[in-house]
Amino acid sequence: MKRFGGNPAVDGATFAVEEGTITALIGPNGAGKTTCFHCISGFLRLDGGTIEFAGASIARLSPPAIVRRGLVRTFQIPQELSSMTVLENCMLGAGAQRGERPWEPLFRAKRVACEERAHEAHAREMLRLVTLDELAHERAGNLSGGQKKLLELARALIARPKLVLLDEPAAGVNPTLALQLVDHIRRLQRELSVTFLIIEHNMEVVTRLTDTVVVMSAGRVLTEGAPSAVMADPAVQDAYLGSQYR
Amino acid sequence: MDLFAIDLIVLVTFGGAVNWTVGFLTTVAIFGIVALGLNLQWGYTGVFNFGVVAFFMVGAYTSALLTLPHPDAVMVTPSGAEVTGVLDYAGGFGLPVPVGWLAGMGAAGALALIVGLPTLRLRHDFLAIATIGIAAILRSIANSIEGLVNRSSGLSGIPRFLDELASGEDYRWVLLGIALLMLIVVYLALQRTVDSPWGRVLRAIRENEDTAKAAGKNTVSFRMQSFVLGGMIMGLGGAIFAHRFGAIAPTSFSDLLGTFLIWAMLMVGGSGNNRGALLGALLVGFFWFGTPLIQEDLPDFLGNRVFMIRQLVIGLLIVVFVVARPQGILPERRRVSRFVSDPDSAGGRWASLRARFAGSGPRSSPEA
Repeated sequence: MKRFGGNPAVDGATFAVEEGTITALIGPNGAGKTTCFHCISGFLRLDGGTIEFAGASIARLSPPAIVRRGLVRTFQIPQELSSMTVLENCMLGAGAQRGERPWEPLFRAKRVACEERAHEAHAREMLRLVTLDELAHERAGNLSGGQKKLLELARALIARPKLVLLDEPAAGVNPTLALQLVDHIRRLQRELSVTFLIIEHNMEVVTRLTDTVVVMSAGRVLTEGAPSAVMADPAVQDAYLGSQYR
Repeated sequence: MDLFAIDLIVLVTFGGAVNWTVGFLTTVAIFGIVALGLNLQWGYTGVFNFGVVAFFMVGAYTSALLTLPHPDAVMVTPSGAEVTGVLDYAGGFGLPVPVGWLAGMGAAGALALIVGLPTLRLRHDFLAIATIGIAAILRSIANSIEGLVNRSSGLSGIPRFLDELASGEDYRWVLLGIALLMLIVVYLALQRTVDSPWGRVLRAIRENEDTAKAAGKNTVSFRMQSFVLGGMIMGLGGAIFAHRFGAIAPTSFSDLLGTFLIWAMLMVGGSGNNRGALLGALLVGFFWFGTPLIQEDLPDFLGNRVFMIRQLVIGLLIVVFVVARPQGILPERRRVSRFVSDPDSAGGRWASLRARFAGSGPRSSPEA
């Protein structure tokens, strides 16, 4: 549970994400989806309840500690490092870098150089995946809104995560690329068995991509199940989808 | 008019000019070291420190107390008289000067750790307010505690470093050499350390702390590393300063000289760029230490107010640069790290030019 003042933003929202699946979190604005993400990723402290990841509680951990366990998030509004290059933004996400200790680049430059080459290659691979490889040396602040979303995804993937929380990955991304992204995410899930939890309003992306849909409304879980079953649920249609899905 | 001409001739006699320049460059080198420390904290990491002079002061006093002879030891005054127990201070171990410098760095680093633990979690503006008080606290400790640093009378007779190399007037060349050497060592070590994955995390924290956290970086720890290392560098500057002048007192460490002059150097030169910090130290230092030279030649209404005006100009410089050119004269260089090839770096540009001349690079099509 998470309260802001006296107002519970998320209250009694219980759901599980199966390993190796893609789960969507949908619901009207203000339903508490992003607050859920903030809580899971450690950016907000819970006021009550628990969060378990891979068999251990992560409710009291800091965001970096949660990332180290393999749970990575992206932001709804891209939080790129605007004066740094796209490649730098992506390389930052690589975990456990030896060169991040101040004495290593000073005294063990060779080892750091070797490690950096590997991270650079990995970062370029991730950027190719999200079609940003041509812009590797561009300032991230110069990217378009959609490209910034893609950069967020690349930065999350380079950490070799087990579970990725994607907050509206397709918002602002052109429809063709959005569908390509869907394929990429599917492939990552199949080949690397990465688990995804996705907030998304684009119902086409949701139906094409996800195995399970969790519907939230007013801080609670309304229902969950396979996409087709959930969309046929009259309660979901009333709370979120509207009558065109009837 | 005649007087003006004569004054200038006195000023530009070779000996006078050399004298002044050697002293000036020594001071600029010391202030340059401190500016590099601040650049690590503010320029790279975005950590506000309005208490620069506190770290400078701790470095100076620590090194002085460790290298001075015991307070009860017999001292020879410049007039040749032998005195004992004139100065009342703690320590006085008579240790070698380099040991004092290392200890000065360590003590300033420890101060940074103590200050950083409760404050580095604060937002930027609160951190600035928290740091501004440290120097005032330390100055009043120095002024009020009996038997610590000889209170407001200060310490004198702080031993010189390598004074067996030259005597009398010539020693200033040794001093200049030492200060420049230390500056170069600090600069090169910093460049190597910052142009790396470590520096990338610091810059990421400066740009957007949430992103750095989401990328799995323990941002408080990195901010602390930068704050402590920067504090140690400032402490080194203070230690060199103490041994250069041989005498220090709480009044030597004013906020204006030790904090805001350093900030002006960094803002003018270019924060986030170590070369910018050094250029700023040279330019602002030249203005600050040069203005008294022309005092006599200025019309009275200016000459009488030179010291006031230069303070005003320092404040003005900070404001003007923050508003009109926040990146400073030498802006930050955009580069992934020295370990990654970059088309914008000099090497990368040459490579692409060579490729173009060899015919394999991108060319404009004939139709265009």
